[in-house]
Amino acid sequence: MTTYLFSDSAVLTGRTLRHVTRSLDTIITTAIMPIALMLMFVYVFGGAIDTGPVPYIDYMLPGILLITIASGISYTAFRLFMDLKSGIFERFQSMPIARSGVLWAHVLTSLAANTISLVIVLGVALLMGFRSSAGVLAWLAVGGILLLFTLALTWIAVIPGLSATSVEGAGAFSYPLVFLPFVSSAFVPTETMPGPVRWFAENQPVTPIVNTLRDLFAGRPADDLGIALAWCGGLLVVAYVFAMLAYRRKIA
Amino acid sequence: MTADHPTIRVRGLTKAYGKLEVLRGVDFDVAPGSIFALLGSNGAGKTTVVRILATLLKADAGTAAVGGFDVATQPARVRESISLTGQFAAVDEILSGRENLVLVARLRHLRNPGAVADGLLDRFSLTDAGARRVSTYSGGMRRRLDIAMSLAGSPPVIFLDEPTAGLDPSARLEVWQTVRGFARQGTTVLLTTQYLDEAEQLADRIAILHQGRIVVNGTLGELKQLLPPARIEYVQKQPTLEEIFLATIAGGREQE
Repeated sequence: MTTYLFSDSAVLTGRTLRHVTRSLDTIITTAIMPIALMLMFVYVFGGAIDTGPVPYIDYMLPGILLITIASGISYTAFRLFMDLKSGIFERFQSMPIARSGVLWAHVLTSLAANTISLVIVLGVALLMGFRSSAGVLAWLAVGGILLLFTLALTWIAVIPGLSATSVEGAGAFSYPLVFLPFVSSAFVPTETMPGPVRWFAENQPVTPIVNTLRDLFAGRPADDLGIALAWCGGLLVVAYVFAMLAYRRKIA
Repeated sequence: MTADHPTIRVRGLTKAYGKLEVLRGVDFDVAPGSIFALLGSNGAGKTTVVRILATLLKADAGTAAVGGFDVATQPARVRESISLTGQFAAVDEILSGRENLVLVARLRHLRNPGAVADGLLDRFSLTDAGARRVSTYSGGMRRRLDIAMSLAGSPPVIFLDEPTAGLDPSARLEVWQTVRGFARQGTTVLLTTQYLDEAEQLADRIAILHQGRIVVNGTLGELKQLLPPARIEYVQKQPTLEEIFLATIAGGREQE
């Protein structure tokens, strides 16, 4: 059946992409929350935060992009949960198809939907005065890291999508992920935080990823790139393993 | 295939969810091209049997084979010959009726999925509604689409898990006609239901699943002989509410 993995995944991805394009409100709500945060931080709090000579919007955009992804993937969990609840997941599993294509379709759709949201947020940031001196290679690196981060978080989202017992449960897991950038270097320099908080902020995945994106946007060499990639790759592997365990529990 | 080679063969099937023993040794055969009704009250384990046969659930013990293929060791071959229509119409609400049919036709790797979809829309009187989103469909239309989706690729074995649950009487009659049509074309049907009249109307054989076992298995005639002989009583035949309902709406049937 593996011969059909690509064609079946493509057919099923076409289906879930239609769900996204026919409910554009999900993309808009995904983008609106980070945009509102961006407006608030830049025009309300930003003046009081000392980021040296760097314009505050340039400083905080990486964190906003990660928040965009964290809120976007909750819709992936939601869509997967609804497929299980409606019974269409079982219909697909009882058909002669490459079964894992059902999951891959949701993962690929998540990458596409989050890319659209990220482009919208980036567009608003440009309007608000965000400027980058990054070259083509640095932009590609930014895109690659965001894609890898989205992939890792998407596989995390698959776990509640498969195992939640209510719609609320399927979406609620993303709140801590959305919150994580606030306790990192994303909005304020970590040096201002008290001891234990600072220790957490400097040793959680968001900080090296934010620092890397910030360096890439500024055209500087990215010192934290290795740590950022290790976090993304590690999260991806662990999430994938647990998602597969949840998947095995769901199907015979 | 003859009676010695049943299309569906179930032997000693057991399944427990934790301490709850749902199936405690289920045996039955379904002959090729026949309609077999599995009758039981809510929670009797009918859906569990269907899920095991459809390779969605593993049995704790016992064997089950569909079309000669074991559901545990050759699930991919089983899935090629079956189609499942679940208790809750598993259709994609966001897609149109036609898109749903094209989707399953493509997943079954059929040539010309568009033509397959149009043919099924026509056969199930859904052509006019084909371009509309399924979320606008009535319960009866949804179930018709659900069954139509099961028929893409003409699988030789169809599982219908409570196909008329939640339908109004006229939609139920439509489903019955469709199921009778399957048998005429040589399709083997395993039907679960909690409506006694449904089993009586449709099934060649009826098995009653109770407390995890098949307690009775036979044709309607055989089952009737198990009961005390019929007594002759004279009663005035009042029209049932169902007959009144159907007579009142006759003629104006479903063009939603």
